[in-house]
Amino acid sequence: MKILALETSTETASVALLDGDRLLERSVAGRPGHSETILPEIRLLLAEAGVALDALDAIAFGAGPGAFTGLRLACGVAQGLAMGLGKPVIPVGTLAALASQCSHDAIFVAADARMSEVYFAAYRRVDGVLEECLAPSCAAPGAVALPAEGDWFGFGSAFKAYGEVLVPGLGARLAGHDATPVPLASSVARLAAWHFSRGEVVDAALAAPLYVRDKVALTTAERLASGGKA
Amino acid sequence: MRVLGIETSCDETGVAVYDTDKGLLGHRLHSQIDLHAAYGGVVPELASRDHVRRLPLLLRETLALTGLSMRDVDAIAYTAGPGLAGALLVGSSVAEALGVALGIPTLPVHHLEGHLLSPLLSADPPAFPFVALLVSGGHTQLMRVSGVGDYALLGETVDDAAGEAFDKTAKLIGLPYPGGPVLAKLALEGTPGRFKLPRPMLHSKDFDFSFSGLKTAVLTTATAPGFAPEDRADLAAEFQAAAVEVLVAKAMAALRHCGLRQLVVAGGVGANLALRAALDAAAAKRKARVFYPELELCTDNGAMIAFAGAMRLMAGEQVEASDGRFAVRPRWSLQEITPPQAAA
Repeated sequence: MKILALETSTETASVALLDGDRLLERSVAGRPGHSETILPEIRLLLAEAGVALDALDAIAFGAGPGAFTGLRLACGVAQGLAMGLGKPVIPVGTLAALASQCSHDAIFVAADARMSEVYFAAYRRVDGVLEECLAPSCAAPGAVALPAEGDWFGFGSAFKAYGEVLVPGLGARLAGHDATPVPLASSVARLAAWHFSRGEVVDAALAAPLYVRDKVALTTAERLASGGKA
Repeated sequence: MRVLGIETSCDETGVAVYDTDKGLLGHRLHSQIDLHAAYGGVVPELASRDHVRRLPLLLRETLALTGLSMRDVDAIAYTAGPGLAGALLVGSSVAEALGVALGIPTLPVHHLEGHLLSPLLSADPPAFPFVALLVSGGHTQLMRVSGVGDYALLGETVDDAAGEAFDKTAKLIGLPYPGGPVLAKLALEGTPGRFKLPRPMLHSKDFDFSFSGLKTAVLTTATAPGFAPEDRADLAAEFQAAAVEVLVAKAMAALRHCGLRQLVVAGGVGANLALRAALDAAAAKRKARVFYPELELCTDNGAMIAFAGAMRLMAGEQVEASDGRFAVRPRWSLQEITPPQAAA
């Protein structure tokens, strides 16, 4: 099984190839737009691995939540590659990918969503497999709460961006946190392999970003209702 | 050679296949007008999201329509700018990834070059050189077109684009989105001249335009005491007459200046019937001819992008299989466009 994975939801872009037991990855950090690098990086990665594009079984991408433009870049590139190669796509949640990088078994993921909000979700590792306990959501840091029971380890960039509000707000059941990790293509590839083994793939035309933040503009009626101009 | 064209620069998703021997094989278009109507204008983020949803389906539909498979495509042309950055990125990323997957060349196309060349897709096309009047919601420009990629700007709007002025004026007098075509329809029921609006820069002796003052004059008239809803048709008619008069006068002056007898009109406002009638009448007096794209190709579309890419390839543009590097160019001046670069 050969899966190519792309992840461009944060400023660190990465591409990874899972080829049987072999996992190769390339990353480019600190670039706001990844359009100049993502496809060349994929070509380099495959050349390094000695794997041809048409030998791939599926294309996986970090579907979100994350930077909207980054999600669309990964989705568009995955769709284009998949349509050109006639292969399926595997969208993988970025918060799940991030959680899979944590060594704890009860993980509360919170990533900086900008605009004074955080994307968050909770996962438990059961028999080596991540189970979603709280689906990805978006809220102000002060409005975020842990699942009802248990101790949770905090993971993700929101603990740096909004730590002063987030950490006391989550309370005593937050058993520590690490704000440095970002989702990586290698994690997306591993989770995608699991989905692939269960037949959970989608047609390229149906692959879509998972934005989570869906209210992005006010309608004319809403602006008028709040005293604004048409 | 078959060229796939992809357009996602604003609020229309377009896909087409142009064959250099057989012409346009087919095209598909999805307009987002209904999506943005509730917001009173194009919301860039929603436009980008809709392009992601529509583009792969339109690609499949276009191939089905033309009886082709992905492997039958020889090159991919896509709009790289100007336009909305997020919207451009959708078409660019899908196009470039397809190019890498298929191992074929990709051509980033300038959106306005697509519009400029679109009248050449009609059954009775003009021949180079000609004067082009580009009128849309985003652009108002006059240029001398000597060949593919050989464009000299004669003049352009110093503020609002003509289509933007139509849309904003429509909004000022309370017409629903998208205002321009609604205003043009209402103008048919009115009488120009009852209200007096200025003809900005009509005598400026250059080829530049200004439409923001005209819009302000509409606002002043429409908010004056005694202005009644039933007056709107007459005001719309006067606005359209003013805009059309300036566009026609400058276009004719440009023909005179260049010593040419062919005028090409492209862009969404080129579908305006009052503009077409006035241009045709003025051109006939000068023994000149006006060329328009087919009505369905006046709006943004994939056909003009596939065609522009094909024209460049036929003119010997040197292309290689895509290495996958790309960058969208939201503000890309047509002046930066050069004629096709043939292999040395």
